[in-house]
Amino acid sequence: MRLKLLGALGVAALLAGCANDHPNTGIATGEGAAVQPSGPVPGSEADLVANVGDRVFFALNQSGLTSDAKATLDKQSDWLAKYPQVSVQIAGNCDDRGTEEYNLALGQRRANAARDYLAAKGTTSSRMTTISYGKDRPTATGEGEDVWAQNRNAITSVQ
Amino acid sequence: MVSTHEHYIGDREAEALAEAYVPRRLNRRALLEGGVVAGAGLAGSLSVAPLAARAADAPAAEITVDQARTAPIPIAIPSFGGSVGQNITQVLTNDLSGTGLFKVLPGSSMSGTPDFAPYKAMGAHAAVTGTASGSGTIRLEFRLWDVLAGKQIQGTAYTTSEANWRRIAHIIGDVIYQRMLGEKGYFDTRIGFISRSGSVHQPRMRLAVMDQDGANCRILSSSQTKLPAFSPVRDQIAFLSYNSTVPRIYVFDLATGRQHIISDFNGVPLGPHYSPDGNTLLVPVARGSGSELYSVNIASGAKRQLTSSGGAINVSPSFSPDGSQIVFNSDRGGAPELYIMSAGGGNARRLSYGSGHYGDSVWSPRGDLIGFTRISGGAFSLGVMNPDGTGERIMTQGYTVESPSFCPNGRVLAFCRSASGGAAYGIRTIDITGFHERGIPTPEGGSSPTWSPLNV
Repeated sequence: MRLKLLGALGVAALLAGCANDHPNTGIATGEGAAVQPSGPVPGSEADLVANVGDRVFFALNQSGLTSDAKATLDKQSDWLAKYPQVSVQIAGNCDDRGTEEYNLALGQRRANAARDYLAAKGTTSSRMTTISYGKDRPTATGEGEDVWAQNRNAITSVQ
Repeated sequence: MVSTHEHYIGDREAEALAEAYVPRRLNRRALLEGGVVAGAGLAGSLSVAPLAARAADAPAAEITVDQARTAPIPIAIPSFGGSVGQNITQVLTNDLSGTGLFKVLPGSSMSGTPDFAPYKAMGAHAAVTGTASGSGTIRLEFRLWDVLAGKQIQGTAYTTSEANWRRIAHIIGDVIYQRMLGEKGYFDTRIGFISRSGSVHQPRMRLAVMDQDGANCRILSSSQTKLPAFSPVRDQIAFLSYNSTVPRIYVFDLATGRQHIISDFNGVPLGPHYSPDGNTLLVPVARGSGSELYSVNIASGAKRQLTSSGGAINVSPSFSPDGSQIVFNSDRGGAPELYIMSAGGGNARRLSYGSGHYGDSVWSPRGDLIGFTRISGGAFSLGVMNPDGTGERIMTQGYTVESPSFCPNGRVLAFCRSASGGAAYGIRTIDITGFHERGIPTPEGGSSPTWSPLNV
């Protein structure tokens, strides 16, 4: 009984830890936003996460944009047009099935792919910066394709 | 390509080792030069004096490293006496045992000519005698003896600050290694690495340096750093800093604490890699969809583009020891593989053809091998191959084993092993034959090891 309770608390603590860690972890669900009765501040990071989608995903070893990815970036593009004062950083990330150094290059390639798409859709380049974290900032932990697929992404965040 | 299951060593290699195991008389080689030690870089001064033997020092009785792998050299090492002497004995024993090439036996006599009969009876081939005296400034006398011939091989006295006792132990270890095996040792060296802590989702990654046995670990940066590289010739580390919004390459002098930024890349710089003379960095620069290799003169900042591969990724460049060629990792053919090209950037040709993908190309300072990481079937392998692409051997495997870095004599690699989920990052070492994998204790997690040259 006691063990069970501790177990449940442990999981709760873990979840809380994840959610509070930083905006890039955890799949954005809008749950955090729901805490505010009036919803996220328009043009904010939370708004981007809840109402637009802050990330696009890539296939193994690829940086090509899927139709899903393009749809998300189209929404980001519209959102950026609506809030012209907002600047963003696009962070490229990789699963951990590549070397540290190769993945740093691959993450940059993914970030650049997302940036170039947004630029082509009309977002001024000066409003966007890119960075690669390689495999050092996994969203999901563990192993297997489900985990790795979540970690191959480009995440847009408000600066 | 070599298939690997339980055994990380190929059949041919095993045959060669069996051959080496055939007992033979110890080779007598020409007398090595005595007094091999330089003392700069210590806290305070170090004076080194040869200790007179009754006659000239006997020729070193040597066996080869290959022989010692299968039949470790039995060597008797006593306590050097007192607390400092005892500490030195412990570090020395750990160094020698840690290679797998020596079997350390307890010794009894601290000074004078040892009584060889009991040493012969316990099977020792070599014996050490030594005394440590003084405090504040210590004098350490050390002699190495050939038990079978009953003669002194080397005798040296070190006078230095007590604070240097660990380095003295490593220096003595290197003398023993060289006299017994005929090659320079690597105990008086350090390993730079990334010390990892905090959340696996956003780890803190700081530059750190430790002795090769894990002692004296120091964190050198407070900000995010990646991919450090030790200069092969001086007390200097280059690394990638995430201190600002754009990654930058720093060159950091460990002795003076001076650092400078290598800037003005037309793109985002990735991890730096030194040339054999320590004057040039090879740097991949990411731009568009790819990353091209540049050479950068550290002193002048002058840059030269070496690859032009139209959007392919080119990373992990490593010079051959003679500086004439560069091995690197590229996906120009569709997937990450190893390539080799001339130092000027021409004549690139593919080197790796095994299953899966390759990365982390690194040329041994001996010139005889190229170390690499291979990723196949969701698992990582650490291997070596000949510079012509033949003779691939896998040394060890795991969820992640990567970032190989050779010790100065090319006999051992440091690497990073980690479990899935960004957990349990640790620095380990392994003999290039795949024998003797060991962890190096670090205060936090560790990744991206880079082995220093012999301390100066």
